[in-house]
Amino acid sequence: MSADTPKKEALFSAKNRRLLFNPLNKENPITVQVLGICSALAVTVKLEPAVVMAISVTLVTAFSNLSISLLRNTIPPRIRIIVQLVVIAMLVILVDEVLKAFYYDVSKQLSVFVGLIITNCIIMGRLEAFAMGNKPWPSFLDGIGNGVGYGWILIVVGLFREFFGSGTIWNFPVMEKLGVYNFGYKDNGLMILPPMALILVGVIIWIQRARNRELIEENK
Amino acid sequence: MKALRRYIDKIKPQFEKGGRFEKLQSTFDAFETFLFVPNKTTTSGAHIRDAMDMKRTMSVVVIALVPALLFGMWNVGYQHFLSQGEATGFWPTFLFGLVRVLPIVVVSYVTGLAIEFIFAQIRGHEVNEGFLVSGMLIPLVVSPEIPLWMVALATAFAVIIGKEVFGGTGMNIMNPALVARAFLFFAYPQDISGDKVWIADKADAFSGATPLAQAAAGNMDQMPSVLDMFLGLIPGSIGETSTLLILLGGAILLVTGVGSWRIMLSGFAGGYLMGLIFNLWGANTYMEIPAYQHLIMGGFAFGVVFMATDPVSGAQTNRGKLIYGFLIGITAILIRVLNPAYPEGIMLAILFMNIMAPLIDHYVVESNIKRRLRRVKVKAA
Repeated sequence: MSADTPKKEALFSAKNRRLLFNPLNKENPITVQVLGICSALAVTVKLEPAVVMAISVTLVTAFSNLSISLLRNTIPPRIRIIVQLVVIAMLVILVDEVLKAFYYDVSKQLSVFVGLIITNCIIMGRLEAFAMGNKPWPSFLDGIGNGVGYGWILIVVGLFREFFGSGTIWNFPVMEKLGVYNFGYKDNGLMILPPMALILVGVIIWIQRARNRELIEENK
Repeated sequence: MKALRRYIDKIKPQFEKGGRFEKLQSTFDAFETFLFVPNKTTTSGAHIRDAMDMKRTMSVVVIALVPALLFGMWNVGYQHFLSQGEATGFWPTFLFGLVRVLPIVVVSYVTGLAIEFIFAQIRGHEVNEGFLVSGMLIPLVVSPEIPLWMVALATAFAVIIGKEVFGGTGMNIMNPALVARAFLFFAYPQDISGDKVWIADKADAFSGATPLAQAAAGNMDQMPSVLDMFLGLIPGSIGETSTLLILLGGAILLVTGVGSWRIMLSGFAGGYLMGLIFNLWGANTYMEIPAYQHLIMGGFAFGVVFMATDPVSGAQTNRGKLIYGFLIGITAILIRVLNPAYPEGIMLAILFMNIMAPLIDHYVVESNIKRRLRRVKVKAA
């Protein structure tokens, strides 16, 4: 895009800010591009794993974008996917090891889904679409933006699912403290099942499109 | 009547564009057309006029549901007093059930209609009558013991997620009443799992379990008699127990042409055939029960007569309807017998086939096109 602009850009120029904030809403990887849905359904039963997953994906996206962007001129086009995979795999293993060492319980809850970050379409998508053709700093911001855009959806879904499905928030028994069980309230078992995550993501998409009319596709 | 008409005409301008209550236009319209035949004329397109507009269609279904509902109320009382070991007259029994069931009906209607009105206002279209039937079906497919807030929540879920997100009445891909039941089934399984949907202060475990649960557990000697199951003197969801009165409602639907005989007939045929297949297999006692018993147990008859025939979510083509009904029958018995976690298979079977209905229609239409093309080619040659 701007590989040959001679002027030096400010670190947070308008263009760079767009890279960072657009993925949060109008180019959200989950609700607009509909990528990474699989893990969004699997790890959002509770808030804690959702947050950990969000942070992990953000870190992996940001640093793989950065590394590939640094290497972009030396990678032969024919083997670029393999190179990208090696970089992502290395970062994912790093994240996995850190989780196992310091947050063993969460790591067990996330189980294979940490390893499966490697196959998360968002990361490969950003590498191919952005990092291969842009400078390191914008690539890094793009990675953070997309990771956070993915993450906040996960956190919102996780919050609702934990609150209504288990009656807790971050394992704190809110419903019990409110005393609603005494009035015959019961936790909603459907919230714990994966279909409800899909429905919640759908509701977020619904609200988002109602607010941003330009996201609504033309009816053919 | 005249005075009412005059009054409505008097207040009408306030609800039209520029009037004081412009925002409530669709609400006003809903009440006006509910009370009087609308005086609108079609301005474009086809001019086919029929007395069977949507309101009339929906009213017929509601009327067809009334026998099952009234019996359901009486049966709630009957089962209650039976488990207590008391014998009472007809009216106390009926009143007991009325007190139990009426709040469920009211909650279902109030919640559902409130949401429908809100959506109609926001989107600025007429309130349609689609919910009149769903609001009646929801109470009939739940247990009389269900907490009212669950009914409200399930109704809200069904109307918003099952219907409004797809564009409202006529656009939904699944039957809203079944969406409500599925929501309850997965969210609060202990309250509505299909095996113990009922026990009014029960005396012992036996009086509580439905025939389906007995069958799934292999307690064939504790099954109620065939006559009891046919008449509906068994525990179960409010409207599903009496096959006799369901068939009466089905007859109303068929005579008025509102329900599809193809779906009903093929549905029962599918269920019966699957029962026969299980008879041949005969791996356990559940598989050995006579095939016709499957048709009168649990919610099978209710589902096939009132829910599979939903004109919106079912198949549209005639041949499609036959396939659709038949597969509902097969799937319902299949789930019921083979999966003890889901004692009541008809709900899942209908929802599943709701999703498949457009596919069935697609292939029916495609095959029709192919057949006619071939005819053209033969002529040409």
